[in-house]
Amino acid sequence: MPLDFYLNIVASGLLTGLVYGLAALGLSVIFGVVRVVNFAHGEMMVAGMYGAVLLFGFLGLDPVLSAPLVAAVLFAFGWVLQRGLVNRFVERPEHMQFILLLGIATIVLNLLLMIFGPDSRGVQVDYVFDTMEIGPLLLDAVRVRAGVGAVAVAAALFAFFRFSRTGKAIRACADNPLGARVVGLNLDGLYAFTFGIGAAVVGIAGALMVLVVETRPQLAPEYTLLSFIIVIVGGLGSLPGALLGGVLIGVSEALAGFLLMPSLKALFSYLVLIVVLLLRPQGLLGRRS
Amino acid sequence: MTPRALVLGGLLLAVLLVVPLFADGYVLSVLTTVLWFAYVGQAWNVMMGFSGLLSLGHALYVGLGAYASAALFVHFGIGPLVGLFAGIALAVAAGAFIGFLGFRFGVRGVHFALLTIAFAEVARIGFDHIGWVGGSGGLFLPVGGSNPLNLRGSPTLFYYVILALVLLALVLAKRLLHSRLGYQWLAIREDAEAAEAVGIDLFRARIKAVVVSAALTALGGVFQAFYFNNLFPEQVFSMGRSIEIILPAIVGGVGTLFGPILGAFILTPLGEALTSAVGALGVDMPGMKQLFYGAALVLIIVFRPDGVWPWLARRLRLVRAPGEGGR
Repeated sequence: MPLDFYLNIVASGLLTGLVYGLAALGLSVIFGVVRVVNFAHGEMMVAGMYGAVLLFGFLGLDPVLSAPLVAAVLFAFGWVLQRGLVNRFVERPEHMQFILLLGIATIVLNLLLMIFGPDSRGVQVDYVFDTMEIGPLLLDAVRVRAGVGAVAVAAALFAFFRFSRTGKAIRACADNPLGARVVGLNLDGLYAFTFGIGAAVVGIAGALMVLVVETRPQLAPEYTLLSFIIVIVGGLGSLPGALLGGVLIGVSEALAGFLLMPSLKALFSYLVLIVVLLLRPQGLLGRRS
Repeated sequence: MTPRALVLGGLLLAVLLVVPLFADGYVLSVLTTVLWFAYVGQAWNVMMGFSGLLSLGHALYVGLGAYASAALFVHFGIGPLVGLFAGIALAVAAGAFIGFLGFRFGVRGVHFALLTIAFAEVARIGFDHIGWVGGSGGLFLPVGGSNPLNLRGSPTLFYYVILALVLLALVLAKRLLHSRLGYQWLAIREDAEAAEAVGIDLFRARIKAVVVSAALTALGGVFQAFYFNNLFPEQVFSMGRSIEIILPAIVGGVGTLFGPILGAFILTPLGEALTSAVGALGVDMPGMKQLFYGAALVLIIVFRPDGVWPWLARRLRLVRAPGEGGR
């Protein structure tokens, strides 16, 4: 049944795409609030992947369970990075912020390369070959876990920004930094917290990603670019847009990888980006500024 | 410029001109690399330094220049003196297209930088699949023979060619900077809205910046193809290469004429020294050099965001007043 076949490809692309979307969500949160583009995003994600691989290797911890630990470490990293370095660049010209984070990305990437080497490492969970049958769909259990995990974390993030006091304060900073300062919010502290949240989110995305792909340092720049593409396709500053963009890119990658050539699937994402920049530069769910 | 600057500059040029008489092959190859990065850094600077357009995909123009001239030479025996026009034409077309997409649809700042990366990546993946230029297996130029017009010759020949290119780019950049177009670029870089208000056509001026930069960079690509005699999409179009291209200007000083040259003279020898020092210790650390480049980026942008050149020029009293910064 060819239709079932395509449905299966779309479904598996969709599940992977949800994890992409979660990673992009982290980028979107940082950019939306701190107004700094985290060019080290993919590097943080791959660091999260290695965290999950190590925790699995030494403690036999399932990546889904190691995700909170990875998130805690990356939160600390993001917080310190914002406090120590990025914060003094918030008012500086855009290209200087970009170059700072490019430098940090290069450092993290090559540290990972020096520590772990260029070879791929994965986790062998015991349900790696399990499948789930839903109607005509036959889904990999690992992919379902990764996708469901991504949705759960994204939902928690939405709830945090909508209902919690800190979340509301952060949204106030994003809308009007000066006004937020006037009413007595601690901008520097909230920026550091936000950068930490963004790093934690992409770290979790990395831990979940380990279920689906093997990790190697060279993935980092690819994931950075992928997150950018997703955020732009979905619409800058739109959190649902990031998830939608992730799903779109995940599905198009899966289809391109199957219909054309696996090595051409990344090309497809760039073409989607160029088309979106041409036809709808504000992104699918973005507002025109 | 003070007389002192002219004397020092003349001395440096004289040293560079006679170096091949004394230097061994290794020193000459390092100097050739230094000058190559000085040259492409200068070309990149036309976009970022002069008109404020951040390109992180300059490997694209290097690669187009390299592949066009190399393919013509390999397949039809057409020499680089003709082939460079094909390379430049391709790069100019690509640059104009990226510029058109970006400026026509208001893609600004970081998003423009991303667009430039996207095109370089498309080229990297695309060239991997073009069998005519060797695909991912690489394109190899026939070596041997001696014909300076075809860039077939000794390392000394290549050294003088790239030295000439650096001087050419320096003179061109200086003339551009003091032309009508150059002043338009500076106005746009400082305040695009104000520039538009006084009647500057932003779109045209920006497209011109991309085109000039792309053409100069493509020429560097032609040199690279004939110097190294092999081309692989994974290296030529890589994101890492694009970052290496922006480093000299950032370290030396974005928007200054001598910044890219100084930056290349600082970075490349340090990188080489680091590689050989680590090699002498007998450890194989593949990421070491890049780690150093990353640290250099962070340190420079934190402590000397304007680059080393403006500071050095003041220190050596090469410029008259502070703020004149080597222009």
